[in-house]
Amino acid sequence: MIRKTVWIVGLLTTVMVAALLLSAASPGSSARAPQPTSAEVKVDNFSFGPASLTVAVGTTVTWTNRDDIPHTVVSADKVFKSKVLDTDEKFSFTFDKAGTYPYFCSIHPKMTGSVVVQ
Amino acid sequence: MHDHNNDGIDRRGFLKCMAWAGTGALCVMEGGILKSYSLSRPGEIGARETAGELSFVQISDSHMGFNKPANPDVAGTLKAAVEKINGLSKAPEFMLHTGDISHLSKPEEFDTVDQILKSASAKDVFFVPGEHDVLNDDGKSYQERYGKNAKGAGWYSFDKKGVHFIGLVNVMNLKAGGLGTLGHEQLEWIEDDVQHLKHSTPIVVFAHIPLWSVYPEWGWGTDDSAQALAYLKKFGSVTVLNGHIHQIMQKVEGNVTFHTAASTAFPQPQPGKADSPGPMKVPAEQLKSVLGITDVNYVQGRNALAVVDSTLA
Repeated sequence: MIRKTVWIVGLLTTVMVAALLLSAASPGSSARAPQPTSAEVKVDNFSFGPASLTVAVGTTVTWTNRDDIPHTVVSADKVFKSKVLDTDEKFSFTFDKAGTYPYFCSIHPKMTGSVVVQ
Repeated sequence: MHDHNNDGIDRRGFLKCMAWAGTGALCVMEGGILKSYSLSRPGEIGARETAGELSFVQISDSHMGFNKPANPDVAGTLKAAVEKINGLSKAPEFMLHTGDISHLSKPEEFDTVDQILKSASAKDVFFVPGEHDVLNDDGKSYQERYGKNAKGAGWYSFDKKGVHFIGLVNVMNLKAGGLGTLGHEQLEWIEDDVQHLKHSTPIVVFAHIPLWSVYPEWGWGTDDSAQALAYLKKFGSVTVLNGHIHQIMQKVEGNVTFHTAASTAFPQPQPGKADSPGPMKVPAEQLKSVLGITDVNYVQGRNALAVVDSTLA
């Protein structure tokens, strides 16, 4: 009997702690809404998708090459530059400053895209 | 750069490539093989293939290291190309490789190509780089291997039996949204290189990306090629050999014959006929019929060089 009471008290404590945690994490209780911190660009059929991507400051963008042919991701303003990406290889860059970042594939320069950071 | 729609190319029937009788060349598809002859002396067509005073072979786009379904054995098809070369009725004096030797610019990829080409009847190979050969180090390792005596990023010229050959680099410093680029320094070098040549000297220009506007939407052209061609206007015979687009195409414009070679590795779609210019998959038994080599013959006193494409089938 004593053992059972202890168990119930323990369970109640757990539920209360969980409820507290949940309320703290809910949007209404925090001053700033959480921002997504990552975004994806697929390199497919000799094009970047989406070709224009808008993200918040601090976002890490990851490009994945889905083509049978290698590509690169190179900032037109020399802010970032991937090594050559073979099939399924990835490149990530974290955008810490607001602005517009045009980029292209230096092997197939007709492939262009941009990341807008705000 | 002119609009590709007005350059005489019929986008619906590229490989049918019938005849430019008025412009000096006849080009006929026979059983999948494109043959091109000057019409200046039609009576001698036929003998021309073997009668050349200078015979050389162009190969292109070996893409050593590529291993995707479009061709899991690019070493095997390059070997087949060498066998084709070794089976030509007249052994070529040398070979031109118009770039994309490797797929990822890896030393072992270049090593494999060099090794396979050693078994060709023609011992000398003159290379120009494709964009796949200069991927990670601005072409430094390409130049160390193939361009020791070249200028700039790897351009050079040489003479063989009265023909002046010019190897150009149009795959470096490519700009966002642009096409192939020769650049100011190289253009100045071309002007200087041909300045003292007689106008009757036959010229062969070879470079990776086409020096004519094949299909700019897919990057199949060179932004400043018009300037290079302007320096060659005074010559009676100019043959431009390119690769990059993995298919045979030909165009004659005045004194200039433009020609692109098949790849030894995998085919690419005809312009605009697919979502992208990526490797085209064909049934395995058909692969060799869309890969090939190009045999070029020059006979002194004739205007155009005879360019004969053969598939690996």
